[in-house]
Amino acid sequence: MKLVSDSNEVFVRTATFKARRIINGHSVETVGKNNLDFIISHRFDRLNRGFEEFFGLDAATNRLGLEYGINDRFMIGMGRSSFQKVFDYFTKYKLIRQSTGSINIPVSVTLFGGYAIRTQKTVPQLSAFNRSSYTAQILIARKFSEAFSLQISPTLIHRNRADIFTDNRTVFASGIGGRMKLTKRTSINGEYNYVLPNQINDNYKNNLAFSFDLETGGHVFQLLFTNSYGMTERQFITETDGSWGSGDIHFGFNISRTFSFEKKKKVNP
Amino acid sequence: MKQYLILVSFILTFNFASAQNKLYSSNKSDVSFFSKTPLQDIDAKNTRANSIINLSNRDLVVRIPVSSFQFKNKLMQEHFNENYLESEKFPYATFKGKIIEDLELSKPGVYSVNASGILTIHGVDQERKFSGKITVAENKLVLETAFDVMLIDHKIDIPKLVFKKIAEKIAVSASLNYIPYKK
Repeated sequence: MKLVSDSNEVFVRTATFKARRIINGHSVETVGKNNLDFIISHRFDRLNRGFEEFFGLDAATNRLGLEYGINDRFMIGMGRSSFQKVFDYFTKYKLIRQSTGSINIPVSVTLFGGYAIRTQKTVPQLSAFNRSSYTAQILIARKFSEAFSLQISPTLIHRNRADIFTDNRTVFASGIGGRMKLTKRTSINGEYNYVLPNQINDNYKNNLAFSFDLETGGHVFQLLFTNSYGMTERQFITETDGSWGSGDIHFGFNISRTFSFEKKKKVNP
Repeated sequence: MKQYLILVSFILTFNFASAQNKLYSSNKSDVSFFSKTPLQDIDAKNTRANSIINLSNRDLVVRIPVSSFQFKNKLMQEHFNENYLESEKFPYATFKGKIIEDLELSKPGVYSVNASGILTIHGVDQERKFSGKITVAENKLVLETAFDVMLIDHKIDIPKLVFKKIAEKIAVSASLNYIPYKK
Protein backbone atom coordinates (compact mmCIF):
# COMPACT_ATOMS: atom_id res chain seq x y z
CA MET A 1 0.00 0.00 0.00
CA LYS A 2 1.29 3.38 -0.93
CA LEU A 3 0.81 6.12 1.54
CA VAL A 4 0.84 9.52 -0.10
CA SER A 5 4.04 11.50 0.20
CA ASP A 6 4.49 9.89 3.51
CA SER A 7 6.77 6.98 2.84
CA ASN A 8 9.10 9.39 1.06
CA GLU A 9 10.55 10.68 4.29
CA VAL A 10 14.35 10.76 4.46
CA PHE A 11 15.98 10.54 7.86
CA VAL A 12 19.45 12.00 7.84
CA ARG A 13 21.61 10.58 10.55
CA THR A 14 23.00 13.50 12.48
CA ALA A 15 25.53 13.77 15.29
CA THR A 16 27.70 10.86 14.27
CA PHE A 17 30.22 12.51 16.55
CA LYS A 18 29.65 15.26 19.06
CA ALA A 19 32.62 17.37 18.13
CA ARG A 20 34.40 18.30 14.96
CA ARG A 21 37.32 16.18 16.18
CA ILE A 22 37.26 12.56 17.15
CA ILE A 23 40.24 13.42 19.37
CA ASN A 24 43.19 14.71 17.37
CA GLY A 25 41.88 14.05 13.91
CA HIS A 26 38.84 15.51 12.24
CA SER A 27 35.48 13.80 12.36
CA VAL A 28 32.86 13.86 9.60
CA GLU A 29 31.00 16.59 11.45
CA THR A 30 31.01 20.14 10.17
CA VAL A 31 29.96 23.32 11.95
CA GLY A 32 26.34 24.29 11.28
CA LYS A 33 25.47 27.23 9.09
CA ASN A 34 26.39 30.58 10.58
CA ASN A 35 27.82 28.93 13.67
CA LEU A 36 31.28 29.78 14.90
CA ASP A 37 33.22 27.30 16.96
CA PHE A 38 36.02 28.46 19.18
CA ILE A 39 38.26 25.57 20.16
CA ILE A 40 40.86 25.68 22.89
CA SER A 41 43.09 22.63 23.01
CA HIS A 42 45.88 21.79 25.41
CA ARG A 43 48.38 18.96 25.49
CA PHE A 44 50.44 18.68 28.64
CA ASP A 45 53.86 17.13 28.82
CA ARG A 46 54.39 13.39 29.20
CA LEU A 47 53.01 11.55 32.22
CA ASN A 48 56.34 9.77 32.71
CA ARG A 49 58.06 13.06 33.60
CA GLY A 50 57.24 12.04 37.13
CA PHE A 51 56.33 13.91 40.26
CA GLU A 52 58.94 16.64 39.92
CA GLU A 53 57.29 17.84 36.72
CA PHE A 54 53.90 16.98 38.20
CA PHE A 55 53.38 14.25 35.62
CA GLY A 56 53.80 16.65 32.76
CA LEU A 57 51.36 19.29 33.93
CA ASP A 58 54.15 21.86 34.36
CA ALA A 59 54.52 22.27 30.63
CA ALA A 60 51.91 22.44 27.91
CA THR A 61 51.26 23.34 24.33
CA ASN A 62 48.05 24.77 23.07
CA ARG A 63 46.14 25.29 19.89
CA LEU A 64 43.53 27.99 19.49
CA GLY A 65 41.14 27.43 16.65
CA LEU A 66 38.19 29.09 14.97
CA GLU A 67 35.80 27.22 12.72
CA TYR A 68 32.88 28.65 10.83
CA GLY A 69 30.02 27.06 8.91
CA ILE A 70 29.38 28.69 5.54
CA ASN A 71 26.42 26.40 5.09
CA ASP A 72 25.36 23.12 6.61
CA ARG A 73 27.83 21.16 4.51
CA PHE A 74 30.79 23.46 4.01
CA MET A 75 33.02 24.92 6.68
CA ILE A 76 36.32 26.71 7.00
CA GLY A 77 38.70 26.82 9.91
CA MET A 78 42.02 28.04 11.13
CA GLY A 79 44.21 27.50 14.11
CA ARG A 80 47.44 28.43 15.73
CA SER A 81 49.50 25.97 17.72
CA SER A 82 52.18 27.00 20.16
CA PHE A 83 54.16 23.86 19.34
CA GLN A 84 56.45 24.81 16.42
CA LYS A 85 54.27 27.94 16.14
CA VAL A 86 52.16 26.35 13.45
CA PHE A 87 49.37 28.17 11.67
CA ASP A 88 46.86 25.88 10.00
CA TYR A 89 43.99 26.56 7.64
CA PHE A 90 41.48 24.05 6.39
CA THR A 91 38.14 23.42 4.75
CA LYS A 92 35.74 20.56 5.16
CA TYR A 93 32.89 19.58 2.93
CA LYS A 94 30.18 17.10 3.83
CA LEU A 95 29.81 15.22 0.58
CA ILE A 96 27.43 12.45 1.60
CA ARG A 97 25.19 12.22 4.61
CA GLN A 98 24.16 8.90 6.07
CA SER A 99 20.40 8.49 5.84
CA THR A 100 17.58 6.00 6.09
CA GLY A 101 14.07 6.10 4.73
CA SER A 102 13.38 6.50 1.06
CA ILE A 103 17.03 7.36 0.42
CA ASN A 104 19.24 4.81 2.05
CA ILE A 105 22.91 5.75 2.39
CA PRO A 106 25.01 3.65 4.74
CA VAL A 107 27.82 6.14 5.45
CA SER A 108 28.64 9.81 5.76
CA VAL A 109 31.57 11.08 3.75
CA THR A 110 33.36 14.35 4.39
CA LEU A 111 36.30 15.70 2.45
CA PHE A 112 39.05 17.50 4.30
CA GLY A 113 41.82 19.69 2.90
CA GLY A 114 44.33 21.52 5.03
CA TYR A 115 47.44 23.63 4.82
CA ALA A 116 49.85 24.26 7.69
CA ILE A 117 53.00 26.30 8.06
CA ARG A 118 55.56 26.34 10.84
CA THR A 119 56.67 29.79 11.86
CA GLN A 120 59.15 28.94 14.60
CA LYS A 121 62.61 30.36 13.86
CA THR A 122 65.21 27.76 13.08
CA VAL A 123 68.89 27.74 12.23
CA PRO A 124 69.28 27.77 9.33
CA GLN A 125 66.05 29.60 8.58
CA LEU A 126 63.93 27.66 6.08
CA SER A 127 61.90 29.19 3.33
CA ALA A 128 58.12 29.38 3.74
CA PHE A 129 57.82 26.69 1.07
CA ASN A 130 60.01 24.31 3.06
CA ARG A 131 58.01 24.91 6.25
CA SER A 132 54.67 24.12 4.59
CA SER A 133 52.65 20.93 4.60
CA TYR A 134 49.37 19.83 3.07
CA THR A 135 46.79 17.31 4.19
CA ALA A 136 43.98 15.65 2.30
CA GLN A 137 41.57 13.25 3.94
CA ILE A 138 38.47 11.34 3.03
CA LEU A 139 36.52 10.88 6.22
CA ILE A 140 34.08 7.99 6.05
CA ALA A 141 31.88 7.35 9.03
CA ARG A 142 28.90 5.29 9.95
CA LYS A 143 26.62 5.75 12.92
CA PHE A 144 25.82 2.12 13.59
CA SER A 145 23.44 2.89 16.38
CA GLU A 146 22.40 5.73 18.60
CA ALA A 147 25.47 5.03 20.74
CA PHE A 148 28.13 3.64 18.43
CA SER A 149 29.88 5.39 15.53
CA LEU A 150 32.99 4.40 13.61
CA GLN A 151 35.11 6.34 11.17
CA ILE A 152 37.99 5.53 8.86
CA SER A 153 40.02 8.36 7.49
CA PRO A 154 42.36 7.64 4.56
CA THR A 155 44.94 10.39 4.74
CA LEU A 156 47.62 11.86 2.52
CA ILE A 157 50.13 14.28 3.99
CA HIS A 158 52.67 16.09 1.90
CA ARG A 159 55.55 17.95 3.49
CA ASN A 160 57.66 20.07 1.22
CA ARG A 161 60.60 19.21 3.42
CA ALA A 162 60.64 16.35 5.92
CA ASP A 163 62.58 16.82 9.17
CA ILE A 164 64.48 13.61 8.54
CA PHE A 165 66.09 13.62 5.14
CA THR A 166 65.34 9.95 4.44
CA ASP A 167 61.63 10.25 5.18
CA ASN A 168 59.13 10.30 2.38
CA ARG A 169 57.79 13.74 1.78
CA THR A 170 54.41 12.35 0.85
CA VAL A 171 53.04 10.03 3.49
CA PHE A 172 49.99 7.79 3.26
CA ALA A 173 48.16 6.94 6.44
CA SER A 174 44.75 5.88 7.63
CA GLY A 175 42.99 6.86 10.77
CA ILE A 176 40.37 4.82 12.51
CA GLY A 177 38.27 6.27 15.25
CA GLY A 178 35.09 5.58 17.11
CA ARG A 179 32.88 6.70 19.85
CA MET A 180 30.67 4.91 22.30
CA LYS A 181 28.03 6.96 24.02
CA LEU A 182 27.70 6.40 27.74
CA THR A 183 24.78 8.72 28.35
CA LYS A 184 22.99 11.23 26.16
CA ARG A 185 25.71 13.76 26.81
CA THR A 186 28.87 11.76 27.42
CA SER A 187 30.91 9.38 25.34
CA ILE A 188 34.21 7.51 25.23
CA ASN A 189 36.24 7.98 22.06
CA GLY A 190 39.24 6.18 20.66
CA GLU A 191 41.42 7.02 17.70
CA TYR A 192 44.40 5.41 15.99
CA ASN A 193 46.34 6.76 13.05
CA TYR A 194 48.20 4.10 11.15
CA VAL A 195 51.04 5.20 8.89
CA LEU A 196 51.64 2.73 6.08
CA PRO A 197 55.07 1.06 6.44
CA ASN A 198 58.43 2.16 4.98
CA GLN A 199 57.60 5.82 4.69
CA ILE A 200 58.96 7.48 7.81
CA ASN A 201 61.71 6.83 10.35
CA ASP A 202 61.13 3.94 12.75
CA ASN A 203 61.48 6.26 15.72
CA TYR A 204 58.15 7.79 14.86
CA LYS A 205 55.19 6.05 16.39
CA ASN A 206 51.60 5.79 15.28
CA ASN A 207 49.26 8.11 17.08
CA LEU A 208 46.86 6.55 19.57
CA ALA A 209 44.43 8.48 21.71
CA PHE A 210 41.49 7.98 24.03
CA SER A 211 39.11 10.57 25.31
CA PHE A 212 36.09 11.18 27.44
CA ASP A 213 33.63 13.64 25.88
CA LEU A 214 31.16 15.71 27.80
CA GLU A 215 28.64 17.89 26.08
CA THR A 216 26.84 20.68 27.89
CA GLY A 217 24.71 22.91 25.70
CA GLY A 218 27.08 24.97 23.56
CA HIS A 219 30.24 23.35 24.94
CA VAL A 220 31.93 20.08 24.18
CA PHE A 221 34.71 19.08 26.57
CA GLN A 222 37.08 16.33 25.53
CA LEU A 223 39.45 15.06 28.19
CA LEU A 224 42.06 12.93 26.51
CA PHE A 225 45.23 10.90 26.61
CA THR A 226 47.45 10.74 23.57
CA ASN A 227 51.06 9.98 22.65
CA SER A 228 51.51 13.08 20.50
CA TYR A 229 52.30 16.61 21.48
CA GLY A 230 51.21 18.43 18.35
CA MET A 231 47.66 18.94 17.16
CA THR A 232 47.97 19.43 13.41
CA GLU A 233 47.88 16.47 11.03
CA ARG A 234 51.54 16.63 10.10
CA GLN A 235 52.51 16.66 13.75
CA PHE A 236 50.34 13.93 15.17
CA ILE A 237 50.26 11.58 12.19
CA THR A 238 53.79 11.76 10.81
CA GLU A 239 55.83 13.17 13.69
CA THR A 240 54.61 11.48 16.85
CA ASP A 241 57.62 10.37 18.85
CA GLY A 242 55.94 9.30 22.07
CA SER A 243 55.27 5.66 22.81
CA TRP A 244 52.39 4.44 24.96
CA GLY A 245 54.51 1.49 26.09
CA SER A 246 57.14 3.68 27.71
CA GLY A 247 54.66 6.04 29.24
CA ASP A 248 55.07 8.95 26.82
CA ILE A 249 51.44 9.80 27.31
CA HIS A 250 50.15 13.34 27.24
CA PHE A 251 47.08 14.38 29.12
CA GLY A 252 45.13 17.05 27.30
CA PHE A 253 41.77 18.52 26.52
CA ASN A 254 39.80 20.15 23.73
CA ILE A 255 37.10 22.59 24.67
CA SER A 256 34.84 23.80 21.92
CA ARG A 257 32.33 26.55 22.37
CA THR A 258 29.76 27.21 19.65
CA PHE A 259 28.44 30.69 18.99
CA SER A 260 25.43 31.13 16.80
CA PHE A 261 24.90 34.04 14.46
CA GLU A 262 21.30 33.35 13.67
CA LYS A 263 19.22 36.48 13.29
CA LYS A 264 17.77 37.07 16.71
CA LYS A 265 14.20 38.15 17.15
CA LYS A 266 13.56 40.78 19.77
CA VAL A 267 12.73 39.24 23.10
CA ASN A 268 9.81 40.76 24.89
CA PRO A 269 10.77 41.70 28.41
CA MET B 1 4.96 3.79 11.85
CA LYS B 2 3.49 0.31 11.79
CA GLN B 3 0.61 1.34 13.95
CA TYR B 4 -0.07 4.24 11.69
CA LEU B 5 -0.07 2.05 8.63
CA ILE B 6 -2.37 -0.38 10.33
CA LEU B 7 -4.71 2.42 11.23
CA VAL B 8 -4.67 3.80 7.75
CA SER B 9 -5.19 0.41 6.18
CA PHE B 10 -8.01 -0.11 8.63
CA ILE B 11 -9.61 3.10 7.51
CA LEU B 12 -9.02 2.17 3.92
CA THR B 13 -10.37 -1.35 4.02
CA PHE B 14 -13.33 -1.02 6.31
CA ASN B 15 -14.60 2.17 4.88
CA PHE B 16 -13.44 1.74 1.41
CA ALA B 17 -16.76 1.52 -0.37
CA SER B 18 -18.42 4.41 1.35
CA ALA B 19 -15.46 6.46 2.33
CA GLN B 20 -13.21 6.50 -0.63
CA ASN B 21 -14.23 9.93 -1.69
CA LYS B 22 -14.56 11.02 1.89
CA LEU B 23 -10.95 10.38 2.67
CA TYR B 24 -8.79 13.47 2.60
CA SER B 25 -5.04 13.51 2.87
CA SER B 26 -2.77 16.43 3.56
CA ASN B 27 -0.84 17.85 0.64
CA LYS B 28 0.64 20.78 2.48
CA SER B 29 1.39 21.20 6.12
CA ASP B 30 2.97 23.68 8.42
CA VAL B 31 3.66 22.73 11.99
CA SER B 32 5.68 24.97 14.24
CA PHE B 33 6.44 25.33 17.90
CA PHE B 34 7.63 28.08 20.15
CA SER B 35 9.43 28.06 23.43
CA LYS B 36 9.51 31.40 25.13
CA THR B 37 11.53 32.27 28.19
CA PRO B 38 13.02 35.58 29.29
CA LEU B 39 16.46 34.29 28.27
CA GLN B 40 15.79 32.72 24.93
CA ASP B 41 13.16 32.30 22.25
CA ILE B 42 13.24 29.11 20.25
CA ASP B 43 11.09 28.31 17.29
CA ALA B 44 11.14 25.58 14.72
CA LYS B 45 9.12 24.76 11.64
CA ASN B 46 8.18 21.50 10.01
CA THR B 47 6.58 21.14 6.61
CA ARG B 48 6.81 17.34 6.42
CA ALA B 49 3.80 16.45 8.53
CA ASN B 50 1.24 14.08 7.06
CA SER B 51 -2.36 13.66 7.93
CA ILE B 52 -5.45 11.80 6.86
CA ILE B 53 -8.98 12.76 7.75
CA ASN B 54 -12.01 10.61 7.15
CA LEU B 55 -15.09 12.71 6.70
CA SER B 56 -17.57 9.88 7.12
CA ASN B 57 -16.48 8.77 10.58
CA ARG B 58 -14.36 11.85 11.38
CA ASP B 59 -11.21 9.88 12.14
CA LEU B 60 -8.10 12.01 12.17
CA VAL B 61 -4.48 10.93 12.08
CA VAL B 62 -1.47 13.22 12.00
CA ARG B 63 2.12 12.13 11.81
CA ILE B 64 5.10 14.44 12.09
CA PRO B 65 8.67 13.31 11.42
CA VAL B 66 10.49 14.80 14.39
CA SER B 67 13.86 15.20 12.72
CA SER B 68 12.34 17.42 10.04
CA PHE B 69 11.89 20.34 12.40
CA GLN B 70 14.08 23.12 11.10
CA PHE B 71 15.72 25.47 13.55
CA LYS B 72 17.59 28.61 12.67
CA ASN B 73 20.32 27.53 15.03
CA LYS B 74 21.67 24.20 13.82
CA LEU B 75 23.24 23.39 17.17
CA MET B 76 19.83 23.70 18.79
CA GLN B 77 18.46 21.42 16.11
CA GLU B 78 21.11 18.84 16.93
CA HIS B 79 20.38 19.06 20.64
CA PHE B 80 16.64 18.87 19.97
CA ASN B 81 17.09 15.61 18.06
CA GLU B 82 19.90 14.11 20.11
CA ASN B 83 19.16 15.10 23.66
CA TYR B 84 15.54 16.06 24.03
CA LEU B 85 13.27 14.34 21.51
CA GLU B 86 15.70 11.47 20.76
CA SER B 87 14.40 11.39 17.24
CA GLU B 88 16.32 8.29 16.21
CA LYS B 89 14.55 6.27 18.87
CA PHE B 90 11.24 8.04 18.38
CA PRO B 91 11.16 9.27 14.79
CA TYR B 92 7.55 10.40 14.73
CA ALA B 93 5.18 12.49 16.78
CA THR B 94 1.63 11.33 16.11
CA PHE B 95 -1.95 12.14 16.89
CA LYS B 96 -4.65 9.54 16.42
CA GLY B 97 -8.13 10.66 17.24
CA LYS B 98 -11.57 11.60 16.23
CA ILE B 99 -13.42 14.83 15.69
CA ILE B 100 -16.05 14.89 18.40
CA GLU B 101 -18.77 16.98 16.80
CA ASP B 102 -21.07 15.21 14.39
CA LEU B 103 -20.63 17.66 11.54
CA GLU B 104 -21.37 17.30 7.87
CA LEU B 105 -17.87 18.27 6.83
CA SER B 106 -18.47 17.90 3.13
CA LYS B 107 -20.46 21.13 2.98
CA PRO B 108 -18.38 24.25 2.44
CA GLY B 109 -18.07 26.47 5.47
CA VAL B 110 -16.02 27.20 8.55
CA TYR B 111 -16.45 24.90 11.50
CA SER B 112 -14.90 25.02 14.92
CA VAL B 113 -14.16 21.51 15.99
CA ASN B 114 -12.80 19.54 18.89
CA ALA B 115 -10.79 16.40 18.52
CA SER B 116 -9.88 13.89 21.16
CA GLY B 117 -7.37 11.13 20.93
CA ILE B 118 -3.86 10.03 21.71
CA LEU B 119 -0.93 12.37 21.24
CA THR B 120 2.39 10.54 21.10
CA ILE B 121 5.59 12.50 21.45
CA HIS B 122 8.95 11.09 22.55
CA GLY B 123 7.30 7.68 22.72
CA VAL B 124 4.94 8.78 25.47
CA ASP B 125 1.17 8.63 24.91
CA GLN B 126 -1.09 11.32 26.26
CA GLU B 127 -4.88 11.40 26.09
CA ARG B 128 -5.59 14.87 24.74
CA LYS B 129 -8.41 17.04 23.49
CA PHE B 130 -7.68 19.80 21.01
CA SER B 131 -9.82 22.52 19.56
CA GLY B 132 -9.37 23.94 16.13
CA LYS B 133 -10.99 25.24 13.02
CA ILE B 134 -11.82 23.46 9.80
CA THR B 135 -12.44 25.42 6.64
CA VAL B 136 -14.16 23.40 3.95
CA ALA B 137 -14.13 24.42 0.33
CA GLU B 138 -14.65 22.60 -2.93
CA ASN B 139 -12.41 19.52 -2.79
CA LYS B 140 -10.29 21.25 -0.21
CA LEU B 141 -10.05 21.29 3.53
CA VAL B 142 -7.92 23.31 5.90
CA LEU B 143 -7.42 22.35 9.52
CA GLU B 144 -5.91 24.83 11.91
CA THR B 145 -5.12 24.27 15.53
CA ALA B 146 -2.93 25.51 18.34
CA PHE B 147 -2.20 23.81 21.63
CA ASP B 148 0.38 23.50 24.36
CA VAL B 149 2.60 20.56 25.13
CA MET B 150 4.07 20.14 28.59
CA LEU B 151 7.55 18.67 28.34
CA ILE B 152 7.07 16.77 31.57
CA ASP B 153 4.02 14.98 30.12
CA HIS B 154 6.21 13.39 27.49
CA LYS B 155 9.22 12.68 29.68
CA ILE B 156 11.43 15.20 27.93
CA ASP B 157 14.12 16.07 30.44
CA ILE B 158 15.71 19.48 30.44
CA PRO B 159 18.97 19.63 32.37
CA LYS B 160 19.21 22.25 35.11
CA LEU B 161 21.93 24.09 33.21
CA VAL B 162 19.60 25.12 30.41
CA PHE B 163 16.39 25.04 32.42
CA LYS B 164 15.89 28.77 32.17
CA LYS B 165 16.35 28.78 28.42
CA ILE B 166 13.72 26.24 27.51
CA ALA B 167 10.08 26.71 28.43
CA GLU B 168 8.30 23.93 30.32
CA LYS B 169 5.27 24.50 28.15
CA ILE B 170 5.77 24.52 24.40
CA ALA B 171 3.24 26.24 22.18
CA VAL B 172 2.47 24.26 19.03
CA SER B 173 0.52 25.50 16.07
CA ALA B 174 -0.40 23.56 12.99
CA SER B 175 -2.06 24.29 9.69
CA LEU B 176 -2.86 21.36 7.42
CA ASN B 177 -4.26 21.49 3.91
CA TYR B 178 -6.15 18.48 2.64
CA ILE B 179 -7.26 17.29 -0.74
CA PRO B 180 -9.31 14.19 -1.59
CA TYR B 181 -7.19 11.12 -1.10
CA LYS B 182 -6.21 9.36 -4.28
CA LYS B 183 -5.06 5.81 -4.20
